[in-house]
Amino acid sequence: MPACFAMPGTELLHQVLSGIANGGIYASVALALVMIYQATHHVNFAQGEMAMFSTYIALLLINLGFPYWVAFFLTLVFAFVFGFGVERLIVRWFNAAPVLSVVAVFIGLLLIINGAAGAEFDYTIKPFPSPFPSNAWYGSPFMSSHEVGMISVTLIVLAAVFVFFRFTPLGLAMRAAAQNPVSSRLVGVRVGWMLALGWGLAGLIGAVAGMMAAHVVYLEPNMMSGILLYGFAAALIGGIDNPWGAALGGPIVGILENLAGACIGTELKLTVALVTIIGVLTVKPSGLFGRTLVTRV
Amino acid sequence: MSAILETRGLSAAYGSTRVLQGLDIAVEQGGIVTLLGANGAGKTTTLRALCNMMVRASGEIRFNDRRIDGSATEDIVRMGIAHVPDGRGTFVSLSVEENLRLGAYTRRDAGVAQDYERVYGYFPRLKERRHQQAGTLSGGEQQMLAISRALMLRPKLLLLDEPSFGLAPLVVQEIFRILRTINKQDGVSMLLVEQNASIALELADHAYLLETGRIILHGLSSTIASDESVRRAYLGY
Amino acid sequence: MATLDTSRPAAAPLFAGLSFRTWGLLALALLFAAAAVLPFSLSNFHLAQVTLVIIYSIALLGLNILTGFNGQISLGHGAFFAIGGYTTAILLTKVTGVPYWATVPLAGLICLGVGFLIGWPALRLEGLYLALATFALAVATPQILKYKAWDDWTGGVQGINLDKPGAPFGLPLNRDQWLFYFCFAWAVVAFVIGWNLLRGRTGRAMVAVRDHPIAAATMGINTARYKTLTFGVSAMLTGVAGSLGALWTEFVSPDSFDVFLSIRFLIGIVIGGVGSIPGVIFGAFFIVIVPNYASDLSNWVQTLALPGFLSRILVLLASPQVLFGMALIICVGLLPGGVGGIIRRLLRIIERDAATPTRPPS
Repeated sequence: MPACFAMPGTELLHQVLSGIANGGIYASVALALVMIYQATHHVNFAQGEMAMFSTYIALLLINLGFPYWVAFFLTLVFAFVFGFGVERLIVRWFNAAPVLSVVAVFIGLLLIINGAAGAEFDYTIKPFPSPFPSNAWYGSPFMSSHEVGMISVTLIVLAAVFVFFRFTPLGLAMRAAAQNPVSSRLVGVRVGWMLALGWGLAGLIGAVAGMMAAHVVYLEPNMMSGILLYGFAAALIGGIDNPWGAALGGPIVGILENLAGACIGTELKLTVALVTIIGVLTVKPSGLFGRTLVTRV
Repeated sequence: MSAILETRGLSAAYGSTRVLQGLDIAVEQGGIVTLLGANGAGKTTTLRALCNMMVRASGEIRFNDRRIDGSATEDIVRMGIAHVPDGRGTFVSLSVEENLRLGAYTRRDAGVAQDYERVYGYFPRLKERRHQQAGTLSGGEQQMLAISRALMLRPKLLLLDEPSFGLAPLVVQEIFRILRTINKQDGVSMLLVEQNASIALELADHAYLLETGRIILHGLSSTIASDESVRRAYLGY
Repeated sequence: MATLDTSRPAAAPLFAGLSFRTWGLLALALLFAAAAVLPFSLSNFHLAQVTLVIIYSIALLGLNILTGFNGQISLGHGAFFAIGGYTTAILLTKVTGVPYWATVPLAGLICLGVGFLIGWPALRLEGLYLALATFALAVATPQILKYKAWDDWTGGVQGINLDKPGAPFGLPLNRDQWLFYFCFAWAVVAFVIGWNLLRGRTGRAMVAVRDHPIAAATMGINTARYKTLTFGVSAMLTGVAGSLGALWTEFVSPDSFDVFLSIRFLIGIVIGGVGSIPGVIFGAFFIVIVPNYASDLSNWVQTLALPGFLSRILVLLASPQVLFGMALIICVGLLPGGVGGIIRRLLRIIERDAATPTRPPS
């Protein structure tokens, strides 16, 4: 039997905590995916690339001399406008198109963004700074300060999103538009713009994930493909139409990834994600908290 | 008294299927008009055409003497027309209070807070359930919620699609009594689509009878209600 | 004076005096003639490009059968291409006594089995979710191929090198020329299999399962069997293509089977026309041409000496990934039927014109 079952407690704790920290990244990606899925029933295959491109913009700003957090917030603005723009300019025309067409459009977006990043920023691997100094007081042998920072940032983002949707009129309107576009029109909600807003927010959340991840996996055009996979897994585990599920699915996937890595070795991490995805889809497609999908005759 | 709503030659089609064939309807300021007819006559389609939703409509529609045909649904709502659709259209996953808040989504004036109280005054049962998920309400309560949400707009014109559908007679009486109060107290004009002709004629001043997309009869509801041959031939009682 | 030809039944339209069937046969004859002559009129480089188009055509035919005709979206066919390629590479380098030409059908059979196995859980995944799962497969494929446990067989990160086969029976052909004929022969086999599959009862059942799965089931079509069968055949064809591909590139390595390979297959069937058999050739041509000439395009843009900002954007737009992405979106938006759809529309117009009888001059 693999050595992982004989893991000392401290090692196990470290793996779990590290898994939760990584889970913050996956939860953010999953949340972005869920937000778009809830409103449109589409899965944004290009979410990872959008996050990656935003992260390059962040690096650009940092290299221009902006302090980290200023660059961070400017990048959030960019990511929001980027997502908003992609929806209004490209995606909106395909809202009623057949599944294959929609998938093709998203893959097309993936290609364009990936290619543009490669052409503009080249394919060399670049380090990305962390705003959390490695000798900070909140670091420990169990969790690096960056990991603590990642969890904090994720929690702040999740809290902000929650407050926005629960307590603001705009958030209410977006929830309404996602659930019942016809009735939303009848109360004067401009559903199209709500969709665009959703894309903007998803882009923003994805950028947070990208910037957190880039310090760990280093910045290069293909950095998000594996993370996107984990995001899919997290979203599916939580229920692809449930944002709370995404928040929970992230840490679950993170812990699973680390434990599986300890048991099977770190070279099959993507296979773990693949197996998780297929497992959830075949055994319980609605995930832990989603609504069961029913096919209408 | 001028008309708050007037249509001339209103036609509508779903895809290539023509459903309405040129209707001329008028609702007076502060009046209540009912649209009667059998299933499939085109009553729901008429209300949808007025709001430019789900059908391709043509012809003239005037609201307060201003042409609104071709305008987007969201803009028509902002002009003061509230539509309570068939099936109620409540946001089932949201709470009662969130549904009402959405009703007032387009309003910027200060009167919104007191409108909650007014609406709860009409329907005290909603106040009891204000934080409950709308999907868990009974049919009658959902209808009350749908009407209340429409009222939160402070509409000048209220369009109602079969408010009595699937409800117990006592509940229907209560709702229609409140509709009359809303009309008299707040001066809200109404266009009411109904299958239950008798109760509709009791409420409305004027009535139009629709058959396969055409108006075959219209006049004062009192006149139509007292005409036995019409009642028996078209209204089923 | 033109008269109505009443001796022929009205249902057979003519174009320039010959029936459609005759035209089709003529076109095929032309194709075979061209194939016979091509290896002697093209340089080795261009011949190799044409051979690659043929190989990708087989792969795209496989994908199109699954996605175009049976409606199951696969973003992971690169995995079958990889299995086919590695089968050939392993059999030729790690196992003794297997002739290169036998590895191709073996690769096909292995992929048939794997495809059938994957097709079974795939039954439970509808459109979008199947796309998601196969996308995950495509992303995970290189990592699976690099796994240390089967390093000895797969050659790990470095992969396996092999040699193009030489012409048999001492024929006076160089390796590239022989490979062309070899691949062309397999393409003929593949297209005959595909054509027969799709024209007959099976084909109609597959399309019925795609368009109205519940109605098909109520009519007695065993939806599950057809869907898994289709998956298997689709994988088999792409596996055969992968096997030929390994002979073409003369090596296999994990990173050559990344997610972008699967995506290029998707691009191929979308541009060529989802559900169009002749379209796959155009699709294959497209995915071979774009990367080849993208760098030429980008160089040309730089020679235009445009203002810096504009030039940078155009160079960006001239990168193969971006060109592919734009082509996908534009094709889906403006030409949803792809090239195959255009051909079909043209044929329909010709058919309509041919069927209208000519009037005698007054």
